[in-house]
Amino acid sequence: MTSRYIANTSAEQRDMLRTIGAASIEDLLVRIPPKARLSRPLALAPALAEADLIRHLRALAARNADADRYACFQGGGSYDHYVPSPINHLISRGEFFTAYTPYQPEASQGTLRTIYEYQTMIAELTGMDVANASIYDGASSLAEAALMAHAVTERTEVVLARGVHPLYRRVTATYCDGPAIRLRDVPAPEGVLDVEAATKLIGKKTAALVVQSPNFYGCLEDVAAAAEIAHAAGALLIVVADPVNLGVLEAPGRLGADIVVGEGQGLGVPMSFGGPNLGVFAAKNELVRRMPGRLVGATVDRDGQRGFVLTLQTREQHIRRAKATSNICTNVALCALMATIYMATLGKQGLQRVGELSAAKAHYAAEQLTKVPGVSLRFASPFFKEFTLRLPKSPTTVVGKLARKRILPGVPLRTYDRALADCLLVAVTEQRTREEIDAYAAALAEVLK
Amino acid sequence: MSAYDKLVFELSSPGRIGFSLPESDVPGRPLADVLPKKFLRGAAPALPEVSEFDVVRHYSRLSRMNYGVDTHFYPLGSCTMKYNPKINEDMARVPGFARLHPLTRPEDAQGALQLMHELAQMLAEIAGMDAVSLQPAAGAQGEFAGVLMIRAYHASRSEKRTKVLIPDSAHGTNPASTAIAGYEVVEVKSLPNGEVDLEALAREVGPDVAAFMITVPNTLGMFEPRIMEITEICHAKGVQVYMDGANLNAILGITRPGDLGFDVCHFNLHKTFTTPHGGGGPGAGPVGIKAHLEPFLPTPVVVKNGDAYALDDKRPKSIGKLQAFWGNFGMLVRAYTYIRTMGADGLRSVSDNAVLNANYIMKRLEADYDVSVPGPCMHECVLSARRQKKQGVTATDIAKRLLDLGFYAPSTYFPLIVEEALMIEPTETESKETLDAFCDAMIQIAREAQENPAIATAAPVTTPVRRLDQTRAAREPNLTWSPKR
Repeated sequence: MTSRYIANTSAEQRDMLRTIGAASIEDLLVRIPPKARLSRPLALAPALAEADLIRHLRALAARNADADRYACFQGGGSYDHYVPSPINHLISRGEFFTAYTPYQPEASQGTLRTIYEYQTMIAELTGMDVANASIYDGASSLAEAALMAHAVTERTEVVLARGVHPLYRRVTATYCDGPAIRLRDVPAPEGVLDVEAATKLIGKKTAALVVQSPNFYGCLEDVAAAAEIAHAAGALLIVVADPVNLGVLEAPGRLGADIVVGEGQGLGVPMSFGGPNLGVFAAKNELVRRMPGRLVGATVDRDGQRGFVLTLQTREQHIRRAKATSNICTNVALCALMATIYMATLGKQGLQRVGELSAAKAHYAAEQLTKVPGVSLRFASPFFKEFTLRLPKSPTTVVGKLARKRILPGVPLRTYDRALADCLLVAVTEQRTREEIDAYAAALAEVLK
Repeated sequence: MSAYDKLVFELSSPGRIGFSLPESDVPGRPLADVLPKKFLRGAAPALPEVSEFDVVRHYSRLSRMNYGVDTHFYPLGSCTMKYNPKINEDMARVPGFARLHPLTRPEDAQGALQLMHELAQMLAEIAGMDAVSLQPAAGAQGEFAGVLMIRAYHASRSEKRTKVLIPDSAHGTNPASTAIAGYEVVEVKSLPNGEVDLEALAREVGPDVAAFMITVPNTLGMFEPRIMEITEICHAKGVQVYMDGANLNAILGITRPGDLGFDVCHFNLHKTFTTPHGGGGPGAGPVGIKAHLEPFLPTPVVVKNGDAYALDDKRPKSIGKLQAFWGNFGMLVRAYTYIRTMGADGLRSVSDNAVLNANYIMKRLEADYDVSVPGPCMHECVLSARRQKKQGVTATDIAKRLLDLGFYAPSTYFPLIVEEALMIEPTETESKETLDAFCDAMIQIAREAQENPAIATAAPVTTPVRRLDQTRAAREPNLTWSPKR
């Protein structure tokens, strides 16, 4: 059977074979030894016509509790933020969507310019000198930052605050296994970095201290204090930050961060069950030649006209092979484009509004939810758009019961920290309405009765 | 192509807005009263201030400074720049997929998990593997995961193996991923025709070698005729064999990595399985393995218990996690849609036509360019511009001249073992007319090289910018815009 994605007709195939001087396509496969050949068709479900396939996939999608049909109070590294309409239209232009990595810069100025804009805006938000063109996600960005700190300092340990996202810590552990970098945890009994414990752990072997702010529990960390203890020991400070918050929260670079990484999904990228995401990676100037990933720089063409190219490529795998700063090749350029258009559209005022609205609604939600008997905030530290609730009943049970009311009330923390088995992590973005928050509080009161 | 020289910052006008956000509907105090000052930004971020229409026109105009597969033939070898079906995009944007939060409990994400479970099974069948992890975000991360599983496997048998063998024709990610996984990379010289030197390999494989990593078909577009001997030689010495699946588009339904003896192979969904390249990602790099490596799969694994799907995270021997969540799900929806569109016969016809198209190009160009290895080739062919170089026209010049003639360029200077390499992969989705137009352009360039090399060395002249000063970009890095510049 012919496929709508293949143009060659049988007549054209015969014509081409005649030019080649082969009797059949089989003749072109002679190098594959007969015993290596698959002697049967692949055992796959039969092909579906477009309309049937759409029906099938819509039926699968209908079995998922998505944020269009449910009020989503889930966070923990992926957030339901506002996505301005132009983003999808613009990224869907085939010239962006179906282009390759801009290795031929003269025919890729569109992509190169958007990456240069992206680097500029991320550097501005994080308060760093340079940002790369992206890593896969926040977790792999942190892992790359740990490897980079190890390479820069030639030290063998990385100290992580317990408030760093537990799944990011696990990804970092995967990446640090090969070079045998030892990861050490600093407890956070009050939801934030225990500075005294951190000071004791950090020493001459420490390549970097990692803090996340707001951290996994929603609490804001004292980044400046963390910078002080890291730098006193000659270690780098890596800060994990969500750039969508940085319209109102202080830029980590101004608080002493040497490397800022984070998940940029909130900048106009759909949640999409956790991927593709947007790994943000920014650093100080002096670290640029050790950075992983692609970088775009401005230059001029033969006629002296401004143009953009991939630059400092001698760091990268296609040039340096085993000695590259990272193995990354394909990154998430299109997600970076979504974020670029998002940051341009929201602009100076919009990103502030997103931050203010999210924080206001989160604080209102915390007030309403903690009015429910038996419900309290687990930590006293200041929070931004996410907070940890302690519940009098199993959070997992509560999540199941509220799902029936089309509310996704948050993420139970039991799987991440046994000591927080009675806790639920709740995120509130600018997308949630007062009505939804009130309905959540009422439903919670009902199931806890 | 349209010339346009603005950056979004240069369109900014104080006070202009492009967003629509509601007034707050909750009572509350200003943020400065809620949070201590030390947490708050001193000054608003210097982001652009533009209208929605400014944004739309700016990025529309920038897009027109790009060549994409939708607009231009993209014969970029090893990248499989095939047509990206539009239905894939519609399906990835269905709210039940696009607006699903990753930490939704499995009971409320059954459709997503079912899709992942079925896709993993389909990929396993296509590659002849026993299990597939969908978690790696791109090919390089798939390689990294595969090498880590091999490492964990040897460790579980208390074997200390420290080296990984990689041919000199390999993609750069192979040695880079292997090095990050903690191995010493040993480069194995290929025969002049790009094939593995079996004698050299037999000398190198030993008790200190963990794995041999090889691309099939190789980066010269040739199938290794002795591949089964190669995997046997390796296995006899306890060496695991990894297949870089970048070139899988050549062999769908014809032969399977698992049947060839491979223990691990990764898939590039953005190559073979039509997810878009997006200007450099996102991709997806699932990794397939044989049963003996199953305990080491990245966590979590999507499992089916009766009729219900779940994420199994309790796997003590696992190599761990590679990204925060479960994989590049949006790309998985696209690849699933594609495979269900094509079926077994459709996929077989993909490879048949990819091979036919590549051989057709090689035949049509063999008189004007040197062929690196005599055909037939698989899905791509590697030509050398060494003849043209003597006339003063390099592979780069040919690439740039092609841009003027309305084509993107082949991969150049790769594989490294071919002088002035031009690596051409047409894919199955291009028509004979397009292939003919491309070949005509290549032949024209070869003639121009003889008669007037300056045409190619001056190219491109039709693009928004001409050749760019790479040295200056690297010597004086200018990586962010500032109003002063």
